[in-house]
Formats: sequence, C-alpha cells, structure tokens
Amino acid sequence: MISPAPAPLLETRNLGVSYAVRHAGRLVRLRALDAVSFDLARAETLGIVGESGSGKSTLARALLRLIPADAGTVRLQPGIDLMGLRGAALRSVRSRLQMIFQDGVAALDPRQRIGEALEEPLVVLKPQLTEPQRRERVRSLLERVGLETGHLDRFPHQFSGGQAQRIGIARALMVEPEIVVCDEPLSSLDVSIKAQITALLRQLQQDLQLSMLFIAHDLPAVQQLCDRVLVLYLGRVMEIAPSAALFDRPRHPYTRALLQSVPIPDPRVARDRRTAPLAGEIPSSLAPPSGCVFRTRCPFVIDRCAKEVPVLRYIGGAEVACHRAEEL
Amino acid sequence: MSTEALLQIRSLSVHYPAANGRAAGAVQALCGVDVDVAAGECLGLVGESGSGKTAILLSILGLLPPNARLGGSIRFRGSELAGMPLKRLNEIRGSRIAMIFQDPMSALNPYMRIIDQLSEVPRVHGGLSRRAAEQRALELLEAVHIGEPQRRARQYPHELSGGMRQRIMIAMALIAEPELILADEPTTALDVTVQAQILALLQEMRGRTGAALLLVTHDLGVVAQLADRIGVMRHGQVVEQADCLALYEHPQHEYTRSLLAAMPRLRLPA
Repeated sequence: MISPAPAPLLETRNLGVSYAVRHAGRLVRLRALDAVSFDLARAETLGIVGESGSGKSTLARALLRLIPADAGTVRLQPGIDLMGLRGAALRSVRSRLQMIFQDGVAALDPRQRIGEALEEPLVVLKPQLTEPQRRERVRSLLERVGLETGHLDRFPHQFSGGQAQRIGIARALMVEPEIVVCDEPLSSLDVSIKAQITALLRQLQQDLQLSMLFIAHDLPAVQQLCDRVLVLYLGRVMEIAPSAALFDRPRHPYTRALLQSVPIPDPRVARDRRTAPLAGEIPSSLAPPSGCVFRTRCPFVIDRCAKEVPVLRYIGGAEVACHRAEEL
Repeated sequence: MSTEALLQIRSLSVHYPAANGRAAGAVQALCGVDVDVAAGECLGLVGESGSGKTAILLSILGLLPPNARLGGSIRFRGSELAGMPLKRLNEIRGSRIAMIFQDPMSALNPYMRIIDQLSEVPRVHGGLSRRAAEQRALELLEAVHIGEPQRRARQYPHELSGGMRQRIMIAMALIAEPELILADEPTTALDVTVQAQILALLQEMRGRTGAALLLVTHDLGVVAQLADRIGVMRHGQVVEQADCLALYEHPQHEYTRSLLAAMPRLRLPA
C-alpha cells in the first residue's frame, strides 16, 4: 500500500466498540463497530454516512474517548496512542479534539449564560490563559460565528436553533482544536438555516485549516462539505472514497442505494421513482448477517457473500468492501 | 362554476390569545388561508417550522388546543367542519378523513398489540365483528408490505422498527377507506432508504384506493415526488399555490424562490 507523503493527523486501525445489552433476559455483547480503519489528514473533512444503527455516533464517541473501544488503535500525530491515554495525558489531548452536537440548545446548560458557557472550555483546558485573554477569545469567536457580544449575558433558551448551533460551533472552537467531530450538526435545522450553517462551516474549514469528521445523513450537505466520505453499514466500512468519486461513481451497492434514495427537488426526476432502491431495513446488530453484513438487502447478492466477509480493497481510487465491486 | 372540491378551506385563521388577554402576547398561527383538495388529488404543503402547516391539519380534524380561536370555513364534501359538534365530527375523522402522524411511536398505543389497534377502526367505524375486523387488519398489513404479518400483528409498537411503525400508521389510516388522508411529515423521522420505501408505498396506496392526500412537509424533495399541486406556506399564509411542475420550474413568489435556492441538491452524474 502506498500512503500519501505526510503522515495523517489521525490514523484509525481496526477500531471496534461493543456494548453489553440485555437481550431476552441475558447479557449479550452488541458489536456496534467492527474493524473500522481510516485516515484523516490535516485540513481534511471526512464525511461519515450511513443509516441509523450503522455506528456513526458510536465512532464519534469512541474517537473522543467518551465511550471505551475494545479493539484497535487510534494514532494522533505525533505518535500519540489516543486509546491508551489516561488522566492528565488524556485531558491534555482533549483540547485537540472537540465535538459539535446535533441539538445546539440541548448541548448547553440551560442555567448558564452563554458567555460563561463559552469561557468554560478555556478555564478547564487552557488554565494558562488570564481572564482578559479568555474574554477576548470569547468575543472574537462569537463574532467569527456571526453572533454579537450583546448575546453574552443571555441564556440558551433565548436563542433560535440556528443561533444555538452557532454557539455550539464557537464553543467547540474555543480551545483551538485541530480536529472537530460534528455529529449531525444540521439535522435539526430548517432548510434556510441549514444553508447558513453549512456556509459557516465551510468558511471555518478554510480559515482555520480544521480537520473535520462530519457525521450526517444529509447527503447533499456531505457533498458540499467533505473531501472524502466513509460509508458505514451495521458497524462496518462499506466504502471510503474521495467525495467527487463517490458521488460520481459509487462503487458499493449500499452507497448506490443511499444516493438513489435521496429525494430530488425536481418533479421531472422524482416522478420516475416508482419503487424504492432498497428493500427491507437494517438488521439488528445483535444478529448481524454472516459474511457481508449488507447481503440481506443487496440486489447483487451471490452465494459467496454469505460465506466470506469482504475486505476493503482499492478499486479505481476508492476503497470498497464488496466481492463484486469490479463487475458493478 | 365547477362543483365544490372534496376539501374546501376558505379564509381560515387561527390565533392563540395571550393568557393575560392583551394583544401583545397573542399568536397568529394561520391568517386567511384558502386551500382546495380535489377528490383523488395530492396537495403538498411546504414551509419551515412555525409556518402553520400543521395548524391546518389540526384545524381540519378539530384537534387544535382549547384556547385556539378559529375563524373561516373548512368544508368537507359540503359539510362545515369548523364548529361541528363532536359527535358528528367523530363520524368523519378516522373513517372518512384519516391522519398519518410524523412520529408513529407516539401516535400508536404502546399497550396495545398491532392487531388490536388496527382492528379497532373497522369495529368502531364499520361495525365489523372482532373476527372480521382482525381479518381486515391482516389484509392491510399485507397490503402495506409488512413481512410476516401474522407474527407482527401480535407484537407491540416498541418491538417494530420506525419504518414498520410508519407502515402500520398507513395501514391504520387506510383501514376505513377514507376519502382524504392527512399526512404530517410522514417520513421526517426515517432514514433515507426507508423514506424512499414509505414514499413509494404512499404512492402505491393512492393509486390503489383513490384517496386524496394532503401532505405536509418541510422537504421540497418529498413533495416533488408525490404532489400534484403544491402550496408554499410562510408566517401562517399560503404565499403561492401552483401545479407541481410549474412551482419548481417557474416559482412566482420570492419566498418560494429562496426556499428552492436553499434546498441542497445532490449533484449526480447524468
């Protein structure tokens, strides 16, 4: 395998997460993520897409060490074993990775004024800063995300959904992170607000050279914001490809079906859709199908798919986990 | 003049007076709305949060909260629904006008098996015996493509996936063979592949039953697929109404144009 010249900022290999759940009266292990590997370069945005239950949020939480992983390694430049960190060492790395949550209002303490909420990450993670320095940073970021200093004394409920999301973005950026994980940051917003926040995220990408993991099921937004896209299904990687290639020529049958399912705001195109591209629903992670996890819904399934787990391999610039990727 | 539409809404207004009786806190949810739905037609109502889409559906069904003040007229097959006594309204809703809610989990009764919820409708509205009603329920589970209908019928809502629950909601709406189905964001809570399935199912059911559909959504992609005509709502008013194709290709109102422009589109190869 030829890797690109500079080492990636974040290198994830065979990451696995499982949860203990009670099922039919017994404790069983639910595999939420299985052998997930990918790289994230500096200033790159990687989109993570897939249906509910595919493991998108689990991936985000495991990378941020909010939930424990039980397999695999994650390396953060220079050579930090992210999964092995404890205590002070872990805390010192937290300022390098931050998260933007789906629901901007819910992610804030309802009884804390916005000014304090924004300052708090600095107090915790950048104790060397003086109070005037903190205040100055709060003011400059507030402006950067399109809010005013007059908002500092307000409480979360006094903001609209779009404004709250701007606050969430500002809060994640307070400590100057290198990597920002966005977990469905647009999905609770109205169309016009969504367009504004998308534009803001794009501006920040450019200005701050951020690396982003952009988790979404809004595929048009992914196309607008992401350099590369990773497609998850039932905790496994189906395909990783540069954005342009993925939307232009999806290689994996699941990626294809996802793209074909997106409603098109054009009646001439939409009318031709009489049947859904994909039958059935995502199976339970408690009893994943043998072989390829997608085979129970795949229109191109063959015998081999039930017997053999397809490994990710390079095909025309994409990494695809499908036995039939060449012929399709 | 042509005959009256199946549903004819004229000068509909809804407002919520402030608790203290002063004008300052009052909220105008709908203001002078005129909407027609012809028999067998699908009218899509699009708009952002707070534009009044759902308020129209709730007005039709008489489900507005008690402090709401309703003005104007809502005629269904020539009968005035606004101000209709509850007893008469109950003969219409659920049987001749049905509703599909956004969140089937909160619309279904968590304590009732699917079969019991479904067969309640034909027992109440159709006067069928338990056995006949259950038979009808099973037929409908098959019609909405629920796999293993016999087994699913004995389960509770929490045992089903979101997509399956929405299929149940659709079955429930169809069971009394209504002339008009109201759907409030029926696919918003679903994944995109399941959304495509539910939209295809709604289309199939319209073809099969000939029921009219009043579809409320924020998604211009969803209405593009289903609607014959579209109304665009903003601040409690319908700012533009047009045939589906005309609305997308020649939007007249500034707001429609900005909505269409804000709608992210997937750029796909030809």
